Amino acid sequence: MAQTEWIEACEVDDIEEEDVIRFDHGDRTFAIYRTDKGDFYASDGYCTHERFHLSNGLVMGSTIECPKHNGRFDIPTGAAKRAPVCVDLKTYPVKLENGKVYIQI
Amino acid sequence: MKDYGMVIVGAGEAGARAAAELRARGWTGAVTLIGDERHAPYERPPLSKQALSEDGEPAPVTILDRPKLEELGIRLLSGDAAARIDRASHEVHLAGGARVPYERLLLATGANPRKLSLPGNASNEMLYLRKFEDALAIRGRLAAGKRAVVIGGGFIGLETAASARAKGCEVTLIEAAPRILMRGVPEPIAAMVEELHRRNGVSFKTGTGIESVNREGGEYVVSLADGSRVRCDVIVTGIGAVPETSLAAECGLEIENGVKADEYLATSDPDIFAAGDCCSFPHPLYEGKRIRLEAWRNAQDQGTHAAGNMLGDRAPYGAVPWFWSDQYDRTLQVSGLADPSNTTVLRDLGDAGKLYFHLDGEGRLVSASGMGTPGGIAKDIRLAEMLIEKRAHPSPESLADAGFRLKELLKA
Ligand SMILES: Cc1cc2nc3c(=O)[nH]c(=O)nc-3n(C[C@H](O)[C@H](O)[C@H](O)COP(=O)(O)OP(=O)(O)OC[C@H]3O[C@@H](n4cnc5c(N)ncnc54)[C@H](O)[C@@H]3O)c2cc1C
Ligand code: FES
Repeated sequence: MAQTEWIEACEVDDIEEEDVIRFDHGDRTFAIYRTDKGDFYASDGYCTHERFHLSNGLVMGSTIECPKHNGRFDIPTGAAKRAPVCVDLKTYPVKLENGKVYIQI
Repeated sequence: MKDYGMVIVGAGEAGARAAAELRARGWTGAVTLIGDERHAPYERPPLSKQALSEDGEPAPVTILDRPKLEELGIRLLSGDAAARIDRASHEVHLAGGARVPYERLLLATGANPRKLSLPGNASNEMLYLRKFEDALAIRGRLAAGKRAVVIGGGFIGLETAASARAKGCEVTLIEAAPRILMRGVPEPIAAMVEELHRRNGVSFKTGTGIESVNREGGEYVVSLADGSRVRCDVIVTGIGAVPETSLAAECGLEIENGVKADEYLATSDPDIFAAGDCCSFPHPLYEGKRIRLEAWRNAQDQGTHAAGNMLGDRAPYGAVPWFWSDQYDRTLQVSGLADPSNTTVLRDLGDAGKLYFHLDGEGRLVSASGMGTPGGIAKDIRLAEMLIEKRAHPSPESLADAGFRLKELLKA
């Protein structure tokens, strides 16, 4: 098991409800989501179809839609839900502390 | 149903999606996919983009590779064409001699490039782009310093021009119509695309016909109606596509700008369905107007949808048309059917791009076209698609206001 750490990604208020933002850390890119229910999640930042930033996509409920060819993923699980994506998205644990969003990578 | 199983002719985008959907829906009988190409089903959009422009040896980007086909229990008969359909005995005859019985049949035969016949000795040396081998042939002729002529200012021609520029070719694009992209996108978007190509070094000859193409020594000479001549090393022609309807016509199915299907994607024979580029169908969002789309998402959606109806769903098809095209670092996306005859609304996103919305006479949103960075325009195009689907009448003011979130309109 590789070592994991909690890192501060953003403020809770940086993400509107039913939206997503991009978070870069080192040479990696993540997407941090806030669903329509107000829950926070994190995943790899790139679509698994082509290397495209999911943070430019649309969050509908708890689904993220890729802006490039409209592939879709379930945000909580990262499961691929619509062609052309067929590979699941890697997700990361999230915790909220003192108004900040932390992700474990 | 008898255990004849489901048969799909055409192992492309629509055919592959249909086969996968039959399995996803739990159909356990036979599924046979007949494809005249020797490859497993692959994506066509990369053929004018990465396959031409990227370094390294290109390979087809498969939709369903052979291990996946095996896992799903889909029998792929590749490299053999369906030659004839015997509707009375429910059999497809293959060119190689085999016969495949069907319970339900899907025609997903796609389209072929429209051929251009010109005076001169080099007309049949012009290249076309539809299949993987076509892309290889074109790619082999594009290299730094070579001169390429692209005939036709449609999407495939324009993407080919951009790829040829990426390879370092000198590129001239010839279009007989007064401007590029005459159909399908609003005029200002076509102007943005042309401007982008000019900035990237493509020369345009629009509004002029071609008199002849000749080989003279080691080069081609394209003579134009305006008297000018363009010398080049390769000619790629992209002047549209013709639906592949020969099988359907030969067995007596109705043809109308493609294999004629009803709202359930059934042809005039209730056991035979059609999907993708070969299929014309009435669109419920556009007063039942009969249309035929040549777009990747439509092929995907119709293939998937037709599979359900082959299993007895009887569900009408009415997905909002959507397509995209990549031009250099920009993208163009259109949802709905562009129709500038009533109201056009501009939403200016600054550096991120521009969107044009079309509303009909009653103020209903019928299309949205965007050109810009994918990150900039895609979200709004997608939201517009959902508004079109809902037959919404959004206020032109909110569409035009780049600071207003279109998502709010969905909640209305
Ligand atoms: C170069 C290129 C770039 C494109 N780029 C884009 C893009 O950026 N965006 C977009 O939205 N769309 C794009 N498209 C369009 C999109 O790829 C098509 O709409 C889509 O492939 C249509 O799917 P289809 O299954 O109907 O046909 P196809 O994918 O063409 O598949 C049909 C298959 O049937 C086979 N066939 C035909 N007759 C027979 C027979 N009698 N027996 C056996 N097999 C047969 C054909 O050989 C072919 O393999 C592009 C198309 C091309 C060619
Ligand atoms: S890049 Fe995300 S769906 Fe294609």
